Amino acid sequence: MNNTANGRPQAIWVFGDYRNYFQNRVTLQLLAKARELAAALNSEVSALVFGHKVDEYVKEYIAHGADRVYVVDHVSLKYYLTETYTRLLEHLATEHKPEIILVGATNFGREMAARAASRLGTGLTADCVGLTIDEKGRFIQTAPSFGGNLLAEILMPEHRPQMATVRPGAFAELPHDNERRGEIVRLNLPPDLPPERVRLLKSRRLPHREQRLEKASVVVCGGRGMGSKKKFKNLLELCRLLEGELGATRPVVYAGWAGEPSLVGQAGKQIKPQILFSFGISGAIQHTAGINAQFIVAVNKNPQALMMKMADVGIVADANQACLALIRELRERLRE
Amino acid sequence: MNIVIFLKQVPMVTDLPWDPKTGQMRREAAEGMMDPACKHALEAALCLKDEHGGRITVITMGPPAAEEVLREALALGADLGVLVSDPRLAGADTPATSYTLSLAVRAVCPEFDLLMLGCHSVDSETGQVGPHLAEELNLPGPAYVESVQLVDHAIRVERVCDNFLETLEIDLPALVTVTTQSYQPRPVPLGGVERAFSQGEVITLNATDLRADLKRVGFSGSAGRILRVYAPRAEQKGVLLKGAPKKCVQELLSRYGDRLGALMGKDLGEAK
Repeated sequence: MNNTANGRPQAIWVFGDYRNYFQNRVTLQLLAKARELAAALNSEVSALVFGHKVDEYVKEYIAHGADRVYVVDHVSLKYYLTETYTRLLEHLATEHKPEIILVGATNFGREMAARAASRLGTGLTADCVGLTIDEKGRFIQTAPSFGGNLLAEILMPEHRPQMATVRPGAFAELPHDNERRGEIVRLNLPPDLPPERVRLLKSRRLPHREQRLEKASVVVCGGRGMGSKKKFKNLLELCRLLEGELGATRPVVYAGWAGEPSLVGQAGKQIKPQILFSFGISGAIQHTAGINAQFIVAVNKNPQALMMKMADVGIVADANQACLALIRELRERLRE
Repeated sequence: MNIVIFLKQVPMVTDLPWDPKTGQMRREAAEGMMDPACKHALEAALCLKDEHGGRITVITMGPPAAEEVLREALALGADLGVLVSDPRLAGADTPATSYTLSLAVRAVCPEFDLLMLGCHSVDSETGQVGPHLAEELNLPGPAYVESVQLVDHAIRVERVCDNFLETLEIDLPALVTVTTQSYQPRPVPLGGVERAFSQGEVITLNATDLRADLKRVGFSGSAGRILRVYAPRAEQKGVLLKGAPKKCVQELLSRYGDRLGALMGKDLGEAK
């Protein structure tokens, strides 16, 4: 039997981030991971739901693995409000002292988790891609480090709760189980909750944008290995020939070779093409986190680049020269 | 309008040299530049100063070489540079960094109206320093802001947060973190950096100047301990083609053209 660090039960909490439900499955993915951790620690999984008229999410989280759901349901919580949600999380965590708090790395989740970690005087590991309990019962967080080309295993020896944000898609969710039962704990708004200092004047869901890149069956992605802005433009001709969409890495977007809408990865678009052509991309995890491709063709001068390892076919060559060669070859084969 | 901007110097390369023994990055081995998101935040501040007047203080924490980003900001129109530099501050996680930066603001510009940061740095992308800093200084501090307007003694900002377009109003003092979406950084004027090196004012502060609680700064003030750092070494999944690009491309299409064509719904058969 383990395992009560400092005499506390090692409860695991998951922040219920239900906005954009259906597209945003990260809470369900965290619940599945939390179940695994709870099994290793012989403890329980609780979800937190703050909002107004949120019962459907409470049931959903129980069906996906929560043993308990703390619910604060109030009309003033109708919209996501960073400071208010931070205070609620702090309030509950101070009272119940969970061992671990997991938050999805959405825009809102990142901001709120960082504020809450400050208030709780603890650390926060960003964008974890792995969470495990080691043989000593310690919580080990794996997160990208130093620009995403390396992974670090991180331990928080003293600070509690141990907090982590987790990128959407890092873990698989459990199937919906209607038979699962869980405890629902309904709480009132704390009376000493300070008023929100950020006044929300307007909030509107953005119209469903044409998701061409996310839905494309062929994507041509380019990185800094293309060499220059001018050479990068050659990828557009390749896109035309392949009837594909253009994608880009963060450094390329920052250099102005491609626009922000073309960004593929953690902070950009999640793509799932039949075929991905990847030119001059090393494969930093911030980029590869956005890729779920059936077949990958990668071109890089460095055969050791992570992108080349991920590829079904890797071509060891200068990215721009291979791009030009492929354009010429395709023109012939497509009889242009 | 009294604005403070936090700048970060980041390495110009993505493949950083690192020491596999300690797991520490060898920052000194790479040339630095101003983080791109910081440039956009600086531009937003310069626009506010152009319109409403005021003063811009730029603060960075890093090794002595990080002074370069302050000089760049001075050349663009910032008024005072503050370099926070001390070996005792090295190895800080995001809460320790924010604590240190909060002391620097209190030391050099306690009467600030607005604090601005880039929404996340290109080398770590955590986006945490802004929100932590807002808590340290007990400020409202929306992240991912795309535009900032001054309305009386408040700001009105727009931001996109998880597919919602929000318009927010916040009384000053406040903090915002700025995205790379809408402010296009202006170019550094010709000769501006040289002039900023000879004329601009930069002050340097160490942990003692800041009266920092040494238990809250640097590596010793950070919650996390790195057990191990490793390069994700995937096994080679597929085949590698080597040689002249033309030959490689032809081999790709002759070996996989049918499969690629089928996935794409195109005939990529032999060239005629």
